[in-house]
This record gives sequence, structure tokens and C-alpha cells, in this order.
Amino acid sequence: MNKTVLDLWVGIFVVAGIAALLFLALKVGSMNTVNTSDSYTVLARFENIGGLKVRAPVKSAGVVVGRVSDIRFDNERYEAAVTLRLDKRYAFPKDSSAAILTSGLLGEQYVGLSAGGDSVKLKQGDRILITQDAVVLENLIGQFLYGKAQEGAPQ
Amino acid sequence: MLRRAIENLGNRTIQGVWRMGFATRFFLAVLLHSGTAFRRFGLTIREMYFSGVLSLIIILVSGLFVGMVLGLQGYETLQTYGSEEALGILVALSLVRELGPVVAALLFASRAGSAITAEIGLMKATEQLSAMEMMAVDPIARVVAPRFWAGVFSMPLLAALFSAMGVFGGYLVGVQLIGVDEGSFWSQMQSAVDFEQDILNGVIKSVVFGVAITAIALFEGYDAPPTAEGVSGATTRTVVTSSLAVLALDFVLTAFMFRGLN
Repeated sequence: MNKTVLDLWVGIFVVAGIAALLFLALKVGSMNTVNTSDSYTVLARFENIGGLKVRAPVKSAGVVVGRVSDIRFDNERYEAAVTLRLDKRYAFPKDSSAAILTSGLLGEQYVGLSAGGDSVKLKQGDRILITQDAVVLENLIGQFLYGKAQEGAPQ
Repeated sequence: MLRRAIENLGNRTIQGVWRMGFATRFFLAVLLHSGTAFRRFGLTIREMYFSGVLSLIIILVSGLFVGMVLGLQGYETLQTYGSEEALGILVALSLVRELGPVVAALLFASRAGSAITAEIGLMKATEQLSAMEMMAVDPIARVVAPRFWAGVFSMPLLAALFSAMGVFGGYLVGVQLIGVDEGSFWSQMQSAVDFEQDILNGVIKSVVFGVAITAIALFEGYDAPPTAEGVSGATTRTVVTSSLAVLALDFVLTAFMFRGLN
């Protein structure tokens, strides 16, 4: 086979392969993962995080503003210490609150941030003071059954 | 009788260890003599044509069909839970993490690996390799190393093409044929597939498979008895050994890559 034709085919092959990789990176996966340079981390303590996992999204008003970067157990307070990595483009008031919510009935859990009214913004290393734990379905059902039982009890 | 059996066992062990040592020395020699493969890059490009470009058809067509079948089967199962929109996640994650690298590697082993073994085995049987040595041309540098690097370069590209075609096939069946919502198909896929964790790990896997397949194929060809029977046996062994190696390596790599994910 002619050498230039051969070179041409291999060139087409390499270009197609790299295009496929780019397609996978940009269209199939999202490259816009928040990286360390343009983000800041804040800490939030929860008594119960339910099924929250590292890399779960942090949403405010339904928009993804960051990700959970670390989950630890605080052995002195017996609480979960969750580190949130937030995008630098979004600043939140210092008295914002964090809640662990579930998308849909059986969906994955995420951290919801609700903005407060303070004029001072959250900085790198700050702690979110107001937190709301994950809803444990078993407790909820237990409360419901308990309430029902009391309703039906003879007076 | 017993003595014969034990002698037999000992003989086989010695041969096995010797062969393993020979394979290691062969692999090291290929790496040491790789200079020619890069200095005369034309040789490597020529081999990339034979192992990469000529494998394109089978890779692209199988990728498309695997993706389409994933779309159909995934839809059937997800539908019972009312979460058809997650079809994009299912198709993309299974392709990028597992099916892309592994199935492309199995196809590559049977399409290109067997060809490499047969070619080198025949070169040895017709004493072309000895003739090169007579002319002071190192056959490992001239014949083996370019084929090795061509396989290592081709494999990740083929795996990426396989995955991309598969996602496209899943899109064709899921969105165009069945009617899953196009927006949620792509957006759920994008939010679930991570570049480092999923795509990059898939690429690493395919590079490892490329090294394993081409090394096995080259060794089997170089080691083949110089007869028609010997070459045919070596070709069969290439396909069997490299397929098994791919599956075993895949398990090990997956255990390392995805165990600590959650």
C-alpha cells in the first residue's frame, strides 16, 4: 500500500479516536467539576447525615453550587462533620443554613443551602451553624403510626 | 508408575517457570529496544494501520449494537421502576466503565492479536527473523517493538470509539425509537458520569489491556514452533490467553478503582 494513503488512514484513525474521547469527556461526562483553584470549603455538622455520600451535590434554589468533598465522624461531639466545597462564583451569607434533602422519594441525597440575611459572607474554613438532619424514613413512619394509634384510642 | 507421574509434574513445572522467565526477558527486551519504534515512527504507523485502522469496522459496528441492546434491555428493566430517564446513566456508565474497554479489548485480541501472532510465527517459520539477525538487524527492534507500541497506542483509541458508538446506539434506541425524553437522557448522564472516576479510569484500563494483549500476542508468535501446526496452535493460544488475561486484569483493576468510590 502507498505510504501516504497509509499515513492518511492512521491519521484519520487517531483523529477519530481523540474525537471519541472528547465526546465522552464533554457530552457524556461533564468536565465542569469544581476544581480546587476556584472554590472554597465550609464545614457543617449534622447529627445524622442519612445516606449522604462524598461527591453528592450541594444545591441552592435547586442549582448545583458545589459538592460534598469530605465526610468525617467527629468523635468529640459524636456528630458528622461534612465538608462542602462551594464554587467561588457563589457567595452565601454567614447565617445560611444547610439541610440534607432527598431528590424525589427514592432519589439520591444532597445538601440544600438556604441563604440567610447576614451581610457578612461565608469564607474559606467557616462553619455553617444552622443545620437540619436527614429525614429517617423509619422514624417518620414510627411517628405516623404512633399518631394514628393515639387517634384511634378510646377516650 | 508413581515415579513417572512425579517426574512428569517436575518436568512441567520446570518448563512453566522457564517459559515465564523467557516471557519476562522477551518483554524487557521489547521495552529496551523500543528506541527504533519511535526513531523510525513510520514502522509504528504502518503497524497501527494493520492493528488499529483495520479493527475499526468490527469495533464500530459492535459498539453500536452493544449500545442499542443496552438501550432496549435497560429500558425494559428501568420501566418497571418508572425511571426510564435513568437510561442515559445506565448506558453511559456500563459502557465507559466496563463494556467499552473490555469488549473492545476482546475484539482487539481476536482481530489484531491473532494476526500479530500468525505473522510473527510465520516470519519465524520461514526463517525471516534469522535472516534479519544474519544481516545484523535486530528482529526485536525492527519487527516486534513497533507492533507492541502500535497496539498500545491503538487500544485506548479503539475503546473510546467503542464507548462513543455505544452511547450513540443507546441514544438511537432510547430516544429516537422508544421515546425517552432527550433532555433528561443527556443531562442525567452528564451529572452521573465523572471525568476522572469513570472516563479516565476506563482509558487506563484500555491502556493496560493493550499492553497485555500485544505482549501476549508477540510472545506467542516469537515462541511458536516453526511449523504450520505450531503457528496455528500459537494463534489459538493468543486468543485464549489474552482474553482470559483481559478478564482477570479487569477484575483486579475494577477492584482497585471502584471499591473506594462510595
